[in-house]
Amino acid sequence: MRGAKSAKWVVGAAVVALAATACGSGESSDTKAGGSNDGIVRAWWGDPQNPLEPANTNEVQGGKVLDMIFMNLKEYDPRTGKANLEAADSITTTDQQNFTIKIKPNLKFSDGTPVTASSFVDAWNYGALVTNKQLNSYFFADIDGYDAVHPEKEGTAPTAKTLSGLKVVDDHTFTVKLNQKFSTWPDRLGYKAFAPLPKSFFTDHAGYLNKPVGDGPYKVVSYTKGSSMKLVPNPYYTGPSKPKNKGVLLKVYTDSSTAYADLQAGNLDVLDDIPAEDLSHAKTDLNGRYLNQPAGIIQTISFPLNQKAWNAPGMDKVRLGLSMAIDRKTITQKIFQGTRTPAGDLTSPVLGAAGGYSANLAGEATTYDPAKAKALIQQGGGIPGGHMTIGYNADSGSHKQWVDAVCNSINNVLGDNKACVGAPTGTFADFRNQITKGEMKQPFRSGWQMDYPLIDDFLTPLYATGGSSNDSKYSNPQFDALIKQANAEPDTAKAVQTYQQAEKLLFKDMPVIPLWYQNGEAGWSSRVSHVTENAFSYPVFTDITVNNG
Amino acid sequence: MGRYVIRRLLQMVPVFVGTTFLIFIMVYALGDPVAAMFGDRAPDPATAAAIRHAMYLDHSLPAQYVHYMGQIFTGDFGTAANGQPVTEVMGTAFPVTIRLTLVAFVFEAVIGIALGLLAGLRRGRLADSGVLALTLLVVSIPTFVTGYLLRYFVGVKWGLAHPTVAEGAPIGDLVMPGLVLAGVSLAYVARLTRTSVAENGRADYLRTAVAKGLPRRRVVTVHLLRNSLIPVVTFLGTDIGGLMAGAVVTERIFNIHGVGYQLYQGILRQNPPTVVGFVTILVLIFLVANLLVDLLYAVLDPRIRYA
Repeated sequence: MRGAKSAKWVVGAAVVALAATACGSGESSDTKAGGSNDGIVRAWWGDPQNPLEPANTNEVQGGKVLDMIFMNLKEYDPRTGKANLEAADSITTTDQQNFTIKIKPNLKFSDGTPVTASSFVDAWNYGALVTNKQLNSYFFADIDGYDAVHPEKEGTAPTAKTLSGLKVVDDHTFTVKLNQKFSTWPDRLGYKAFAPLPKSFFTDHAGYLNKPVGDGPYKVVSYTKGSSMKLVPNPYYTGPSKPKNKGVLLKVYTDSSTAYADLQAGNLDVLDDIPAEDLSHAKTDLNGRYLNQPAGIIQTISFPLNQKAWNAPGMDKVRLGLSMAIDRKTITQKIFQGTRTPAGDLTSPVLGAAGGYSANLAGEATTYDPAKAKALIQQGGGIPGGHMTIGYNADSGSHKQWVDAVCNSINNVLGDNKACVGAPTGTFADFRNQITKGEMKQPFRSGWQMDYPLIDDFLTPLYATGGSSNDSKYSNPQFDALIKQANAEPDTAKAVQTYQQAEKLLFKDMPVIPLWYQNGEAGWSSRVSHVTENAFSYPVFTDITVNNG
Repeated sequence: MGRYVIRRLLQMVPVFVGTTFLIFIMVYALGDPVAAMFGDRAPDPATAAAIRHAMYLDHSLPAQYVHYMGQIFTGDFGTAANGQPVTEVMGTAFPVTIRLTLVAFVFEAVIGIALGLLAGLRRGRLADSGVLALTLLVVSIPTFVTGYLLRYFVGVKWGLAHPTVAEGAPIGDLVMPGLVLAGVSLAYVARLTRTSVAENGRADYLRTAVAKGLPRRRVVTVHLLRNSLIPVVTFLGTDIGGLMAGAVVTERIFNIHGVGYQLYQGILRQNPPTVVGFVTILVLIFLVANLLVDLLYAVLDPRIRYA
């Protein structure tokens, strides 16, 4: 029985150890929200994918926080998307290349330190320097001296630490020299990569990441990575969007359907990611406390124009025919429950007509016309090899359903049920990797979420020769020339017209098939009112009021 | 006994190295983690190269593995996607999952053995058939179905409990997820106990115990149950690992920020340090749980001796 006795000890010890861990973590209920009268909005959140630095955040969940805690030189109006001066007093130029920026006096960060010209200049220099490994550094590529701080070739050490195009004049003035004429450049400054940074960012970087400090409407009071963030109104904020509530608690959920259950049970106030399976009944579930409006996102199918088969003479007709063979209206209704809108151009309705959106710029290229589509495909010599696939990633989004529906639509038009099938790739990373390396041999899904509500953002990165997201490897000198001409045009209305001229070329060459604009959705509890979304599909938190709070 | 434990511990080393290496290769085969960081945009080559260098991704796979294991032994598990050290993530995730697993384990052991004993003692009667029907039902419905149904009805429709677990995972909120997680194993435990009890019920030593005039309580608990529990304990022990793995589904449904959730995030975001680190710890738990089970045999059955 000796063995048995010591075994008893082992088991006993294990039980004690397990019990100890079980009791050890029952605390941390202080961040638990729910008091009905505390005036705090409880909102859904996803864990940001990168540390919360302005130049290193390129996805919506991190962007949501940056949107709340920063006020940029310009900010986009939540309703019209127009870029208005906020932190800046004036941005002036005489030659569309050299800009003088004056910032408002007496602006302060939420830690009480002043916002000065160097808050911006230091932040931009940090974002551009290659050794800081910031994902958004290309945003500074238009500023003179970018090549020196961010050499294009990998492995090359930067020859300078700061951008030569940025000069601090005095506490509240700095100048920017661009490397070419760019009239609408100031309108980009609302993008959060251009946010100012306080001194503490550079002196105590780790501390900053644990509790980011900005100059916007809200201030971070506590941040538990991976589970929640609490924000209260920033006492030093003097801008136009003063919060109408006493704060926001962002709660990380494992799954949006879990969050939806919590919204229904009254434990959550704002959910801006309604799960696809609940869309059809969300409006009735929530008694109409639901919105569905266009967002700055467009979905497309890209053709691999670096492959001979898809770029041969006559193939433009086939590509156009395929676009006309897709019944967008039925697919958006049946599969997406109306949360997508059939596309009529390659921008987004959030731009507004003045910003360059047009519901029918594509003309017949996006009109469903089975007879003409079939004729065009046949004239162009048919689908290469008589068979095509549409690539998509299977790990996120429900791409399979719509890809199958699109293929079905094409097959019906051609009267051949084997002409088009979906081709899944396991993960998004692998999928993107194949695309950026130019290894795609067949058409594939692509999407674009705008960085800022300007038509240029929907065209230059995607279709200019060598553009950072030119997935179809499209190249047309005429297009490039028009973009350059539009960039240099001082009159905004004329610039937009020139951009649209360039966009029209895309419907002749058809490097991509425009599919639909994605909408932003949100549902909210009866505890809050005035829930709206801005052009980026973020809830406008400053406007939300808590009832009887 | 001591030598047996040492031998078993030594055997764990190759198993540990083998499993971690396989996981390491598999995670890296998922694709380039740096490409995923840039979303829909082509990575800018200079930045991507700098990130690769910082993540030690610019070396060969075996070199990366050796480097990674070297780091682990100094207690550095790398950083998760959001810039948090993986050890810190583990520090918040493991206690939560261990608590969920314990709640599930208690349900599984107590209810499972009780049902099995009941069915075994009254074999062929209504109680037996009732337990059979119940366990069949539980086994045949997948966990995510019971999870979503319970969450909707108990949590949303009838409002009897919170549909999701609050931050910090208080025990009260874990009852419903624990029951869902325990479900299938609970049914197996009941079936196993029932079979074992029914078999031992006819054994000679039990007839002797009854003939000696021992009270029925003592006959059932000390003589019958103790001997019948050997296969059940094996199952329960190995199932601890299974419960922790099964928590991936349950944790998502009930908003529990535990191991399953972090693993899922790690895979979704292509963050190898998170995935490999968590799986490494899970492998260790599995190995230790198995060792404990083997040692438990000796407690239950004096005939078993380890040398």
